[in-house]
Amino acid sequence: MKLSGGDLLMRALRDEGVKFIFGYPGGAALHIYDSIFKQKACEHILVRHEQGATHAADGYSRATGKPGVALVTSGPGATNAITGLATAYMDSIPLVVISGQVQSHLIGTDSFQETDMIGISRPIVKHSFIVQNTQDIPRIVQEAFHIATTGRPGPVVIDIPKDKTDPSKLYEYKRAKEISLRSYQPRVLPHPGQIKKASKKILSAERPVIYAGGGVILGNAHKELISLNKLLKAPVTNTLMGLGAYPAKDKYFMGMLGMHGTYQANMAMHNADVIIAIGARFDDRITNTPSMFAPNAKIVHIDVDPASISKIINADIPIVGQVKESLLALIKEIKRSKIKIDSEALDNWNIQISQWREQHGLDHDLYLSKIKSSMIAPQVVVQELYHATQGNAFVTSDVGQHQMFVAQYYHFNKPRRWINSGGLGTMGFGLPAAMGVKLAFPKQEVVCVTGEGSIQMCIQELSTCLQYNLPIKIININNEALGMVRQWQDMNYGGRHSASTYSDSLPDFVKLAQSYGHVGMKVTKQSQLKNTLEKAFAMKDRLVFIDVYVDPNEHVYPMLVAPNGSMKDMWIKKNTKA
Amino acid sequence: MKRIISILIENKPGALARVVGLFHQRGYNIETLNVGPVFDGSYSRMTVTTRGSENDVEQITKQINKIIDVIKVADLTEGDHHEYEFIMVKFKQSAKIQKILKGLNGKIHEKEKDAIVMSAWGSSSDIEVAIRAIGKANLLEIARSGSIGLHEGEKVLKI
Repeated sequence: MKLSGGDLLMRALRDEGVKFIFGYPGGAALHIYDSIFKQKACEHILVRHEQGATHAADGYSRATGKPGVALVTSGPGATNAITGLATAYMDSIPLVVISGQVQSHLIGTDSFQETDMIGISRPIVKHSFIVQNTQDIPRIVQEAFHIATTGRPGPVVIDIPKDKTDPSKLYEYKRAKEISLRSYQPRVLPHPGQIKKASKKILSAERPVIYAGGGVILGNAHKELISLNKLLKAPVTNTLMGLGAYPAKDKYFMGMLGMHGTYQANMAMHNADVIIAIGARFDDRITNTPSMFAPNAKIVHIDVDPASISKIINADIPIVGQVKESLLALIKEIKRSKIKIDSEALDNWNIQISQWREQHGLDHDLYLSKIKSSMIAPQVVVQELYHATQGNAFVTSDVGQHQMFVAQYYHFNKPRRWINSGGLGTMGFGLPAAMGVKLAFPKQEVVCVTGEGSIQMCIQELSTCLQYNLPIKIININNEALGMVRQWQDMNYGGRHSASTYSDSLPDFVKLAQSYGHVGMKVTKQSQLKNTLEKAFAMKDRLVFIDVYVDPNEHVYPMLVAPNGSMKDMWIKKNTKA
Repeated sequence: MKRIISILIENKPGALARVVGLFHQRGYNIETLNVGPVFDGSYSRMTVTTRGSENDVEQITKQINKIIDVIKVADLTEGDHHEYEFIMVKFKQSAKIQKILKGLNGKIHEKEKDAIVMSAWGSSSDIEVAIRAIGKANLLEIARSGSIGLHEGEKVLKI
């Protein structure tokens, strides 16, 4: 049977196993939308803004490990998808974003709703295609999914001029058995010589640290990471993107590292003699001043992307390879090796870390000690949320103080439960991302922890949640200000709150949620918090927006001292350095 | 230090822009750029010259390698290599310019009363020296091919 370009596209998406397409129609995409109407394999989710479509596809991908798919029209549809593409690119999330384009003969003529999507998205995609021949659509879709999901994953754009989906022009559907591109060989196995060297270095370490990032989750290698540390018994820290890669409840887990990492994790990094970096990229929120980074450490760096190795911090033993295969090889080599770990040194090292934890570690019982405070501490909201969900929820967040509080205080024991925009730091990510997660896991608790600043960047998606019956729980940590901006202004700009407050013009979030057809609840007192959360989570089939007014003067600590600081230089509370 | 990077890249629309864009995106500069299809025409060979430390160039080549359309990348300056650049010059009658270009394998293509067109080629450093020596007087226009180069000996960059 011969098919139109739109039907070829839908067939190809079906054959890739796509269940959901997040999108928004428009002129250049209308042929495709007609093809969507005629099929049942993929459900289309109509968002209220294309940014929401890309974030929802992204959230779906982060939670499931499968590629997310978004569909937008040309021009403004395409440009609205840009923030979501950049978000996915920075965190290496596999997305396939399909954009309608004006008809081929109009390209370059400044025609209505024309924009050069390939050009405008080029620096923030792993790859992009423009369809020149309709019959290529199935091959291009296959290649796009192959590229998006293999190697270091990332978003791929397929730009389709409207005439290539003309319903009157029909072609044969052909699907290749296998995709192979001469210019792209993503499967890299670790070099055995490097594995040997790494094993030797790791086993002779006295103060080792495992520094594991989002690559462990993307590479589905969390089990291997746990197995590795059953052998090593080394302290482990996760990056913001890596939370959940190693169980937070494990006694060797030190919490997150970096800008707002725990005291013990940052001190351990600074004082380590061997750092085993796994699927992490030494970004500026981790290293602080690179020349002052971990002065005595030898670096073993495992990453699938050779460009991530020795980019910021020189690796002494680089291992280019997929994380899972590399860890398996390393485990095998360590088991085979005759070198014995210096267990006395390692015990002392773990004792040292416990001491650091006792000195300046996070207080995970604030919800008990602060019970009588007049104002609610934002940290307590996260702690109560953790208890209300037994630590089992999928938690998405936006960007700012609330994001850091979740990273610090919600203990993630499993991968893919913590869904946030780490690299790009995109406000507005949390709610649409939560929609993608909820569609993938309708029976699981999905919580979006946000702030009154971030939530207003994609608030329109509350309407989508009603249309598709997505009973997400939204915890709005409301400090009536752009909290992280204000924190920096407090610390570095003499408390001059330039353009970071708006307390006199905030909406009534309870009424706002209600007008979108949802349930709204407001919490202003500590004593109401626990009960309100319980009440909200008991409403299994309703979206509940819980607006929690918190202490506006709270800062996120620890915080690395910058500029010219190392990882050991931290503010541990207001006006106090460790 | 000056570096010569050779790139084999799929001969597809937009492929060149991905490489050029990457230099800007990552904060590096392109000094010269040459590109043209080779062998069966399904791919092109690009030669880019840039300046940077060894670490810079390692990062550049790694990043270029990540571009999906790029098939192979080599930093020719890592080893022994041949490198030449071709120029075309139009000038008013000038024995000086003619002599300089003659010294660089120069060839006269057109000789009119008002304008002489000559081509010449040599190592890019020789070309630089020549361009400085030519100066501005009597010079009408000048076009440079950008460096191209190959490895010395048996080493090849091909598919």
